[in-house]
Amino acid sequence: MAAGGGVVSAIVAQAGGTPGLGCKPAPDDLGTFRDAVDFIFSQRESVSGGACIGGFEELGDLAVSHMSVSIVALLGALVIALPIGLALGHIGRGEFLAVSVSNVGRAVPALALLAFFVAFVGLGFVNIAIVLGLLAIPPILTNTYVGVRQADPDTVAAARGVGLTEGQIVRKIELPLALPIIFAGIRLSAVAVVATATIAPLGNVQSLGNPILEPQNYGGAGQLGAAIVVALITLATDAALGGVQRAVTPRPLRAPLWRPRIRRTPLAVPPRTEIS
Amino acid sequence: MTGADVLAAIEIRDRTGTGCVAENGFCPDWIADNIDKYWSPLLEHVFLSVTSVAIGFAIAFTLALLAHRFRWITGPTIAVTGALYTVPSVAAFLLLLPITGRGNGTAIVALVAYTLLILFRNITTGLRNVPEEAVSAARGMGLTDGQILRQIELPLAMPEILAGLRIAFTTTVGLATLAFFAGGGGLGEQLYSERAGTGGLNFKSNVVVAGGLTVLLASFGDLIFLTIQRLATPWRRAVAS
Repeated sequence: MAAGGGVVSAIVAQAGGTPGLGCKPAPDDLGTFRDAVDFIFSQRESVSGGACIGGFEELGDLAVSHMSVSIVALLGALVIALPIGLALGHIGRGEFLAVSVSNVGRAVPALALLAFFVAFVGLGFVNIAIVLGLLAIPPILTNTYVGVRQADPDTVAAARGVGLTEGQIVRKIELPLALPIIFAGIRLSAVAVVATATIAPLGNVQSLGNPILEPQNYGGAGQLGAAIVVALITLATDAALGGVQRAVTPRPLRAPLWRPRIRRTPLAVPPRTEIS
Repeated sequence: MTGADVLAAIEIRDRTGTGCVAENGFCPDWIADNIDKYWSPLLEHVFLSVTSVAIGFAIAFTLALLAHRFRWITGPTIAVTGALYTVPSVAAFLLLLPITGRGNGTAIVALVAYTLLILFRNITTGLRNVPEEAVSAARGMGLTDGQILRQIELPLAMPEILAGLRIAFTTTVGLATLAFFAGGGGLGEQLYSERAGTGGLNFKSNVVVAGGLTVLLASFGDLIFLTIQRLATPWRRAVAS
């Protein structure tokens, strides 16, 4: 990568650029993907001219903004969905709510939800964080509910028997037991939020979607370069939370997450040729 | 209604419509006048979703049957389809552009990739949860492996398979709103772009119609698969009632 970058800057230096702008015009003799990678690593003059775009620094700023709106949204969703999921799971009611929230959540496309907010509520960081938070709630809520419901009833009964209050049962028994499933939900939500923050610029919030949504400035290389960065950031988020998910899973429970649980044991039936 | 009445009605509609549009309100009259601009994007959207789910199902079903016979296929398939599923849709559409060019094809390739994980997982879960006794009984009666698959395992796995199709379809309808990044058209183009001629993202009436149609399409598809699910598994209703 470094060697390729060197060659690229050499070509650009030969071509020269608008004086005083501080960056060179876009190289025009690279392949589509190399051009996009060049956009990620070095600044260039924008397509419309008069401004420097791309490079590690700008994409870094955009990534920071991208992640801050995502994290705020995710924390907001956690604060709302986790207590509701725990409470519903604990009292064992509201399965209909927990399931239909996730069904409805799936039926409303992110772009449509964002468009509703932009048209009817307004632009800005808070609104976009709310949109992303709304997308993040269903998986967390559903998984928390399911996780608590799956906590071993004998364990819960034993806890009640030794005199734990209902609040203590939720905090000390059900929450830890449900943690792996809850984190699976958080992971799903986080990936969806980080992926969807790409269209945050439609609501006037800077994100890695800016180069994607403004091809008139950033050009095809900017679009593709930003798409590569978004894909990498999302995969990294998924991998990081996957690690957390594994870390919070008690060791004996870990294996089934990776290997499918095999319910069916090999049949103890002799081959058919022997039967007939 | 006479001809003059119709003309008068149109005039009134035009006048009120313009005022409402200028104020960017929610304009039923504008919607009534412009609703025909949404039919062809809606059809495109249906085409994208149905084609992608159909192709995705064909691939996932084949893979699931292979994984049913050769267990070791399951892990790698879940890993690969899981990674595909994680890539954000906008990025996927753009990453495919240089390879497959603008158009329906690119959109469909990406959408198919997203259905694979959901469908594969549900089909394999369905096949795996078939009661062992049912398979043993069938084998005892002398059914071949193929017959067991067709007559015992697939029908019993039907609820999970159709649940997978429901999830895949609603998800695909949602993702297809972003297909315009790949030049695939669909309702997302109307929703987002001012070039589509319906006012784009900032015009409330447009957002209500285009957004509402996607939600309706997803819900309608959900309902159809739910109905098939009920029809295909009569024994479930017998237990429930």
